[in-house]
Amino acid sequence: MAHELPYIAAIEEAIREEMERDPTVLYFGQNIATHENDPFLKQFGADRVRVTPISETAEIGMAVGAAFAGYRPVVELYMAEFMLVAMDQVVNEAPRFHYMSGGQVKVPIVLKAGYGFTAGWAGQHTGSIYGMFMGVPGLKVAVPSTADDAKGLMTAAIRDDNPVVYFHHYLLTLEHGDVTDGEHVVPLGQAAVRREGGDVTIVAIGWLVGKALAAAEELAAAGIEAEVIDPRTLAPLDTETILRSVEKTGRLVVVDQSTRHGSAAAVIAAEVASEGFGSLKAPVKLVTALDATIPYSEPMEGYLLPDETKIAAAVREAVAEAVSA
Amino acid sequence: MWRIRAFEERVGELTRANEVHGLVHLSIGGEGVAVGVCGALRDDDVVYSGHRAHGHAIAKGAPPAAVLAELMGREGGLCHGLGGSMHLVDVEHGFFGATGVVGGNVPLALGSALAARLAGGDNVAVVFFGDGAVQGGIFVESVNIAALWALPVILVCENNGFAEFTPRSAHTTVERVSDVVAPYPIERLTVDGGDVRAVRVAFSQFLDAARAGGGPMLLECLTHRFGGHYEGDAQQYRERLAADEWRRVDPIARLGIADHGVELEARDEIDEAERVARASPFPDASLMERLVYAP
Repeated sequence: MAHELPYIAAIEEAIREEMERDPTVLYFGQNIATHENDPFLKQFGADRVRVTPISETAEIGMAVGAAFAGYRPVVELYMAEFMLVAMDQVVNEAPRFHYMSGGQVKVPIVLKAGYGFTAGWAGQHTGSIYGMFMGVPGLKVAVPSTADDAKGLMTAAIRDDNPVVYFHHYLLTLEHGDVTDGEHVVPLGQAAVRREGGDVTIVAIGWLVGKALAAAEELAAAGIEAEVIDPRTLAPLDTETILRSVEKTGRLVVVDQSTRHGSAAAVIAAEVASEGFGSLKAPVKLVTALDATIPYSEPMEGYLLPDETKIAAAVREAVAEAVSA
Repeated sequence: MWRIRAFEERVGELTRANEVHGLVHLSIGGEGVAVGVCGALRDDDVVYSGHRAHGHAIAKGAPPAAVLAELMGREGGLCHGLGGSMHLVDVEHGFFGATGVVGGNVPLALGSALAARLAGGDNVAVVFFGDGAVQGGIFVESVNIAALWALPVILVCENNGFAEFTPRSAHTTVERVSDVVAPYPIERLTVDGGDVRAVRVAFSQFLDAARAGGGPMLLECLTHRFGGHYEGDAQQYRERLAADEWRRVDPIARLGIADHGVELEARDEIDEAERVARASPFPDASLMERLVYAP
């Protein structure tokens, strides 16, 4: 059974249900629980739900220390860019401790970070910066594209014994979708095939999954059947599902809102070039943002970012091109 | 203190012989702080340290053989050879660990203190850091939250006057670290870190108060770093301590114990620790892959 919810409410439902189920789950961050009628504060109390100063480094470091003692903190960071001021904790402390201690400690924390707000928020609140985290050993990286996955991946992230950076896309915040009732876990490291097709594989991330599906419908009208894959987590990355699809279609287009050289798309393309080269009938196409800071002006935003038209054009090129025998 | 001194001297020898192959920072001269603080703690009290961690780990109860095996990269090391000198962890003895980035450990101790408070115990968290960490934003952020939430954490600053290779005077206009936290409701004290008894007395007062629900506190220990920043440091930035000056500040010499029995016993123990460490094999490469993620 399912119920309809906006993406953001699905995330909150996961956090609330996990806090109900497990008393070790804590929730803290900036601007949460600022008044006594806050629903989380009312339900779970001021010990478990805490507003913090604007101190990302200390917030995340505290989460790590509390996690050593068996707690499962979810840290609300609002904007993914705010994590950048705390990179020592995110990169050097949280994900390395389990490994460097020879397995003595675990760090079950969730860093909840909104990203990609390309709606006039300009250069410092809009980046799709997951690429710089997916290469950090020990970190897991989730990028839900639907309301149902938003819930299922948050549940999995809270239950996971590793630090998880949970990137939720701001342009999906109010997108409604059917959300599974009650306990709902989407395993980290398992891609979803959103649409089946035999002519070309499109791997799309986050907000662009919807754009890729729309492009696929347009292409189907022209006789091109695209298979659309949503990785759902970038670390661990389900390369197996992607390679299996490319084996079938022989063509790959990777769609990513990140700057090209910091993108997940570049890593996915490299994996397929390295491990699936024999299946490819045409060069891999990347549809990414330009290697530039997101501009403020609306038409310039559009110029910089991937959209349905750019995706469809890349697919047509991939289908038209063939590696000469 | 002799156990730590003998250990650190042996690590110095093994580093020069390339048996300890990485970067090591020795704590000779700082034994009074490690022992004065950790000697008052229980296993369920949590201690964090930084890059100069060997003495703190041993004082908290980590077996010297397992620490030395770690430094030698062996399977029998505290962290099976994956951590090394700057990342020692011994959960069994409440040594949650050392971090290699200056100041990176301070908020972790807040998390342990928060957990202790939430669980309703009287255990506390202690974090060692140098005077170099105090000028970082992470220190200010942590002090602010520790005070705001009244966390049972005791901040122990080892002020040896040098932040890595640079004297304190080149870092800040505030001479005393305890003065840095003056605006916050934090109990603070500066003591002679070379006097182990003074450290123990001052720390124990803070500890009793933290166990009774108080906190946070800051204990600044004025100490001397006998060696360079790291083993092999040519120390062109300072004069070496003359022998008579060293005797005046050496925390062990200052105890004035004429009996050499303790020293000899410690040196025997470190001989045995080295024998045990050497007998341990290097870890299997498969360990790396297994430990990237917790299962």
